[in-house]
Amino acid sequence: MYVAVKGGEKAIDSAHRLMAEDRRGDRNVPELSLAQVSEQLGLAVERVMTEGSIHDRELAALAIKQAQGDLVEAVFLLRAYRTTLPRFGHTLPVDTAAMAIRRRISATFKDLPGGQVLGPTYDYTHRLLDFSLAEDGEPEEAPPAERPVDAAMPRVTDVLGREGLIERNPESDDEPRDLTRQPLTFPADRTLRLQNLARADEGFLLSLAYSTQRGYGHTHPFAGEIRMGEVSVELVPEELGFAIEIADVTLTECQMINQFKGSKEKPAQFTRGYGLAFGRSERKAMAMALVDRSLRAEELGEDLTSPAQDQEFVMSHSDNVEASGFVQHLKLPHYVDFQSELELVRRLRAQGPGKEAAE
Amino acid sequence: MNTSQGYNFAYLDEQTKRMIRRAILKAVAIPGYQVPFGSREMPLPYGWGTGGIQVTAGIIGPDDILKVIDQGADDTTNAVSIRRFFARTAGIRTTSRTEEATIIQTRHRIPETPLSAGQTIVYQVPTPEPLRWLEPRETETRKMHALADYGIMHVKLYEDIARFGRISTTYDYPVLVDDRYLMRPSPIPKFDNPKMHRNPALQLFGAGREKRIYAVPPWTSVRSLDFEDHPFEVQKWSQACALCGSTESFLDEVVTDDKGGRMFVCSDTDYCQRRRDAKEAAE
Amino acid sequence: MSPLLQVSGLTRLYGDRVGCKDVGFELWPGEVMGIVGESGSGKTTLLNCLSARLEPTSGTVAYDTREEGLTDIYAMGEPRRRMLMRTDWGIVHQNPRDGLRMGVSAGANVGERLMAVGARHYGRIRAQAAEWLEQVEIDTGRIDDLPLTFSGGMLQRLQIARNLVTHPRLVFMDEPTGGLDVSVQARLLDLLRRLVTDLGLAAIVVTHDLAVARLLAHRLMVMQGGEVVETGLTDQVLDDPHHPYTQLLVSSVLQP
Repeated sequence: MYVAVKGGEKAIDSAHRLMAEDRRGDRNVPELSLAQVSEQLGLAVERVMTEGSIHDRELAALAIKQAQGDLVEAVFLLRAYRTTLPRFGHTLPVDTAAMAIRRRISATFKDLPGGQVLGPTYDYTHRLLDFSLAEDGEPEEAPPAERPVDAAMPRVTDVLGREGLIERNPESDDEPRDLTRQPLTFPADRTLRLQNLARADEGFLLSLAYSTQRGYGHTHPFAGEIRMGEVSVELVPEELGFAIEIADVTLTECQMINQFKGSKEKPAQFTRGYGLAFGRSERKAMAMALVDRSLRAEELGEDLTSPAQDQEFVMSHSDNVEASGFVQHLKLPHYVDFQSELELVRRLRAQGPGKEAAE
Repeated sequence: MNTSQGYNFAYLDEQTKRMIRRAILKAVAIPGYQVPFGSREMPLPYGWGTGGIQVTAGIIGPDDILKVIDQGADDTTNAVSIRRFFARTAGIRTTSRTEEATIIQTRHRIPETPLSAGQTIVYQVPTPEPLRWLEPRETETRKMHALADYGIMHVKLYEDIARFGRISTTYDYPVLVDDRYLMRPSPIPKFDNPKMHRNPALQLFGAGREKRIYAVPPWTSVRSLDFEDHPFEVQKWSQACALCGSTESFLDEVVTDDKGGRMFVCSDTDYCQRRRDAKEAAE
Repeated sequence: MSPLLQVSGLTRLYGDRVGCKDVGFELWPGEVMGIVGESGSGKTTLLNCLSARLEPTSGTVAYDTREEGLTDIYAMGEPRRRMLMRTDWGIVHQNPRDGLRMGVSAGANVGERLMAVGARHYGRIRAQAAEWLEQVEIDTGRIDDLPLTFSGGMLQRLQIARNLVTHPRLVFMDEPTGGLDVSVQARLLDLLRRLVTDLGLAAIVVTHDLAVARLLAHRLMVMQGGEVVETGLTDQVLDDPHHPYTQLLVSSVLQP
C-alpha cells in the first residue's frame, strides 16, 4: 500500500546522527585533535585555506576533521563560514620580493643572486612507501644550514625586467573588482581572472594546465621562479593612517616566463603567467600560472582554439563548491519533472514510432 | 538580532541583504530580466536552493510565516532542511498551509491552492538562462535578450513538432514575461505555467550558483511560447488522485509493487491532505 | 531612384597592413557586382566590411533602408543592423556549415528567419520552407532531415534557401561555388542565375573564378593589394582589360 512521503524530519535527524558516528569511527581509537590535523596534515590544511579563501589554520583543520578528510567538502564548509564574516577593511598588497624565503628555485638560471634554495620538498624523494611512518618514532632532526639564506633574493622576473626582456606588470590605481562580493561578468579582466584561479579547484586547474602542455593552446612556458616563505600582511587602519603588520602568512608564488614573438604593437619579449597560493601549494601555483598565461591569449593576439584559453569556459567551471553542489543536486527528488517526461514518452509511444507522428 | 549560535537574523549580514534587496527591486522593475547579484556561499550546496534561500533571507522579517516545498511536498528532505534553516537562523514561524504562508519558497512546483495578493513565492532556479542550451556564451545571450532576438527559441519548438508532432518540452517551459523578456520558470512542470500568468502574488526567482535574480510582479502577463496552430497545452491525467480524488491537480506516479502496480497521487501534499480532511469532516 | 548601397572611402587596416583601401562604388537595385582578385587581394575583407560584419577603419557604407532611405550601417546601432541582416539581406558563406545550423532540420533552417521576424504559425512556416526547398531543387521529402546527411551541393542550396525566404533585396556571397565539384558548380551557378533574375536580387559576389564572375555579374571590380585597380561592365573588363594586373589575371585563365 501507498506509504506517504512523511517523516522526513525524523529521517534527516537520524541520518545526521549516523553520520556523526561514522565520522568518529572506532571509539577505541583516540580522536584526532585540530592541532594534529594542522601540524601533520599541513598540505591539506593549506589547500583548504587556499580554495576556501580564508587564511586560518585552525578553522581549516576543523573543516577537514568535520568533513572526514574530504577536502572539497572542507572547502565548502570554510566558504559558507566566510559568508558570515564581517569585512573590516583590506590589506596592502603583499610584497613577495621581501619574502622570508624557505624555498626558491628557478628553472631558467643555473645560479642567480641568492642561489637555489631547495627547502622542504618531495621533488627529489623516491616515492617509496616509508613503512617506518607506520610505527611510532620521531624523524631525525634536519641539520641547520651552514649559513643563513641571503637576505636579498631578487625575483627572477625583476632581474629580466631590468633589461626590458620581460613585459612589465601593468600598473593601475583602479580598485580591483571583488569576485566574492560582485557577480562575475564577461569579459573579465586579469585581476578578476586571477581571483577566480586562486580559488579554483586544484584538480581542475592542473588538468587545464596539462592540456596546454599537450598542445591545446601551448604557451611555451619556463618556470622562471617558484618561491615559498613568509610575507607580512599589512593594513592601514583609518584611525592611524599608517601601515601596521597584522600577520605573517606562508605563500607559494610561481612566475612562469613565456615566449612571445612580438606583434605589431609590441616588440618580442617574454610574457608572464602568475600563480599564488596560501601555504606550500606548489602544484596549484604552477597550474594557476600556466592557465593565467593561457587566458591572456586574446590580449596577446594569439589564436583562440583551446578550452584553457576560453575565459567563460574556465572561470564558469573552476569553482569546486559550485561544481560539487550542482553535480550532486541530481540526488534531490525530481519526481515532478520525471513524471512530466514519463507522461510524454508514454504518449509518444502510444502514437507509434516517431516519424509517423509528425505527419 | 541574533538567534542561533551568533549568526545574524536569517544568516546573512545586513549589508548582503541590502544588496539582495536592491537586486530584487531592479528585477521587479524590469519583469523577467535577469539581474546579476553578488551571490554568497551559503551553508547549503549550490544547486540545492542557494538562490532561493538568499532571496528569502533578503525579504523575510520576524513576522513572516514561511512555507517551503520541494516537488510540491512540504516533507521532502530538502524542503525540511531549508525550513529548518530559517526556523533556526531567523526564529520565524513555519507552516505547510499555502494560504497561511506569507512567503513560499519552492522547488519545481507552484501550489495548487491559488496564491493571493500580498503573498510572495520564491522559486529556486538551477539555470536561469532560457537560451543556454542553444547558446552557451553569456556575452552572446545577454545581447540576444537586449535585442529581444528570440527567434531561435521557436526553432527549437519547430523541431519538436517536426519530430514528435507536438512540443515535447514538459517542464521548465519557456515563457515571455510582460511581452518583453524570455524567461525560464525554473523546472516547474508546464502544468503550472498558466498559474504564473497575471498571478496576484509577487513571484521572485533566485539562482545562487549562476548569481542571478529575476521577478514577475503581481498581475503581470506570462505567456508560454507556442505556435498559433500548435497552442500551448498542459498535461492531463486519465486518473484522479487515489487519495483525495482530485482531477485538477498535478499527479505523481507511485510504484506500489514490482508487478507494474501504480497509483497516482497529488504532488501537492498540503492540497491533498486538506481535501481529505474536508471529505472526512463532511462524512 | 537611389542606389541600394553607397560606399565611399572604405578602408580597413590590420595594424599597419592594408586589408582594403579607399573603396567607393554604388550598387543599384537588381544589380550584381562581382569582386575578383587573387587570394590576399582584400576581397573578403571588403565583403565583410560591406555586410556589417567588420567595422571599417574609415569610410562609410550606406544602405537604402525601407524606412529612412540611405543610412550608414555602422551608425545605425546593433538592433537595426541585426534586423537588416535577417530580413533585407542575405549572406551566403563559402562553407555552408558557417551559414547553417547543422543540428536542426532543413525545414527549421529555412524557417528560422521567418520565426525571427515573428512568424508563429507552424503550418505556414513549414509550407514556406517546403516551397523554398523546391525552389532550390531539394526534394521536399528531406524537410525533416538534418543537414549532416546532405551533400556539399545540397548544403549550399539549403543555405541559399535559408537566406532567400525573407525576400531580401541584397545578397552577399563569398565564393559561393568554392569547394564544390565542377559539375555541381555548374548546376549551382544556373540556379543562382535564375534566382537572381527571377527575384530581381541585387548581389555582391566575391570570387577568384572569372568564369563565375562572367556568368553572374553585371559589373566587376578587380582588386589587387587591397585596392580596386579596375572597374567596368563584366564583358568589357574581361574581354578588354586595361590594367596590367587585370590583363595578367585574364590571361592566366584559359579562354573559352
